[in-house]
Amino acid sequence: MAGKTLFDKIWDAHVVRTEPDGTTLLYVDRQLVHEVTSPQAFEGLKLAGRKPRRPGATLAVPDHNVPTTDRKLGIADPISAKQIRTLEENCKDFGITLFTMSDVRQGIVHVIGPEQGFTLPGMTIVCGDSHTSTHGAFGALAFGIGTSEVEHVLATQCLLQTKPKTMEIRVDGRLSDRCSAKDVILAIIGKIGTAGGTGYVIEYTGSVIRGLTMEGRMTLCNMSIEAGARAGMVAPDEKTVAYIKGRPMAPTGDLFERAAKAWQALPTDSGVKYDKTVELKAEQIAPQVTWGTSPGMVTGVDGKVPDPKMMPDEKSRKATEHALEYMGLAPNVPITQITIDKVFIGSCTNSRIEDLRLAASFAKGKKVAKSVYAMVVPGSGLVKQQAEQEGLDKIFRDAGFEWREAGCSMCLAMNADVLQPGERCASTSNRNFEGRQGAGGRTHLVSPIMAVAAAVEGHFVDIRNWK
Amino acid sequence: MQAFTALTGLVAPLDRVNVDTDQIIPKQFLKTIKRTGLREGLFYDWRKKKDGSPDPEFFLNQPRYQSATILLTRDNFGCGSSREHAPWALLDQGFRCVIAPSFADIFYNNCFQNGILPVALKVDEVQALFKGAVKEGYRLTVDLASQTVATPDGTTYRFDVDPFRKDCLYKGLDAIGLSLQHDAAIAIYETRRQTEAPWLFTDLTTH
Repeated sequence: MAGKTLFDKIWDAHVVRTEPDGTTLLYVDRQLVHEVTSPQAFEGLKLAGRKPRRPGATLAVPDHNVPTTDRKLGIADPISAKQIRTLEENCKDFGITLFTMSDVRQGIVHVIGPEQGFTLPGMTIVCGDSHTSTHGAFGALAFGIGTSEVEHVLATQCLLQTKPKTMEIRVDGRLSDRCSAKDVILAIIGKIGTAGGTGYVIEYTGSVIRGLTMEGRMTLCNMSIEAGARAGMVAPDEKTVAYIKGRPMAPTGDLFERAAKAWQALPTDSGVKYDKTVELKAEQIAPQVTWGTSPGMVTGVDGKVPDPKMMPDEKSRKATEHALEYMGLAPNVPITQITIDKVFIGSCTNSRIEDLRLAASFAKGKKVAKSVYAMVVPGSGLVKQQAEQEGLDKIFRDAGFEWREAGCSMCLAMNADVLQPGERCASTSNRNFEGRQGAGGRTHLVSPIMAVAAAVEGHFVDIRNWK
Repeated sequence: MQAFTALTGLVAPLDRVNVDTDQIIPKQFLKTIKRTGLREGLFYDWRKKKDGSPDPEFFLNQPRYQSATILLTRDNFGCGSSREHAPWALLDQGFRCVIAPSFADIFYNNCFQNGILPVALKVDEVQALFKGAVKEGYRLTVDLASQTVATPDGTTYRFDVDPFRKDCLYKGLDAIGLSLQHDAAIAIYETRRQTEAPWLFTDLTTH
């Protein structure tokens, strides 16, 4: 009998029924809801007189719009305030659990799911947010959906889906010192392109992936969508089980033991062929910095801004020219000569306690350059609390970083944290699209420790040789 | 949802690759709690010059494209976030069809939920349409039943679409209503899974 991939096992276990053309009614175990992509879904339910099928399978939290400054002052922007109030009202009306802005458990939806033990291996998890791929780090099938589908899942606990193909991305070898999961995923996107994963679910395999912590795996899976894949996954192992055990929403006692045993059967069977396999050698991955307006426009910190004239075809020449014009960069400039104005450490990619610990260890005893404004935004209230107990906030503050409340913040700048036109930012977030962090703002995606070094020096530095 | 059967309409060309949903509709327009009225946010940052005045060069600021219903563009259209505000804004502008060599998955899916037909054609076919669209008043006929795009000179290009999606769009069916017809099958599934994997059914409202 042919074996199955991790993806196939989860998919097959969630099929309710299949249409003749293969369209599948897929059961969704859990849904996360936030304020931006849910109001129209709840409105749709109300207009149709429908109720959530299982209110207890959904967890809601405001994250995109929330201020990261003193919460007691409320939200200055009345439209943002209304969107958050609407979420509160909808959760009350439909009986859905909500972590409000004043709840210490509040945070970025993709940080709090794993933190609470909401995210478990073998589950199907959806959210009206493309970075739902993050939860795949636990060996769950997790992907972003639109608002109509949010409504569909609330009403039916199911989604109509066509089965994606499978892609294995294998990373073997030894990562150089100070290279992280962020550098691995940026290098992957640089290799396969931002549409390389379109139509696929990615499973990350190989010794480097096995060696990553759960938080590193979350960073990796988080940016699967930037490679075009709706979902990325890592097979669960003993690290996964240890991470989940004892978390508030995780199963307990015998039920936990039973679940953990079932999770052992999830990894891809040996000898199974994926629809596509891509391999990377860890030794070839340098700390990564994006130079353009798409996450695939990326190079090692020891590289240079590319020359449009050297592009292989007209299409990439034009795209490169356009990106360099927007970014205000000249061709062939070494990456380490690019100076920055702001630094943002945060987002669902890199705002977990491990990210902050590592970043703080590099910020300790240093000073942010006079020309740079730098901020740290923890992924959740609990991450913030933990960091403060460990004194990380003091290290950051002493070094000249601002220490903020939890939320999405300057990753997409829906709240007051924005770049001004022309400002250049070293950011640990996931998208360097035009205007993403503020109209006219210029984003360079990097790992947390690369961001710290850039904040201190005022320009990018190769973290491998720093100090 | 509005059905899509066939459409003969004016083409508006947007010659860019990797147009992401942040470009289609920037963040400040996501604070709405409605699906309508998003037209003013469509390609907001591209519509203006650096000084904030309207850019007459931008295609949607030109009188010739004001009544366009078909958007012609390049690879990987709609990449980035899952915001359904992107198809809502396109629809509000009047677009019922987007033609490109490829689309990002979530955007492609979101189009079908809103009566918009995304058509993926081959790169050289899209290139030919871009050449045609140089001419003012260039119109195409998109027919969902036969899965074809016809040009004014009679050339037709065939495109693929999943039969189930096609049927839903063609008839303008309510997808939730369709799934609710399978309520019994969903209940049977849940009963079986509750025995197999009870930890999946922990009630979060107790937290």
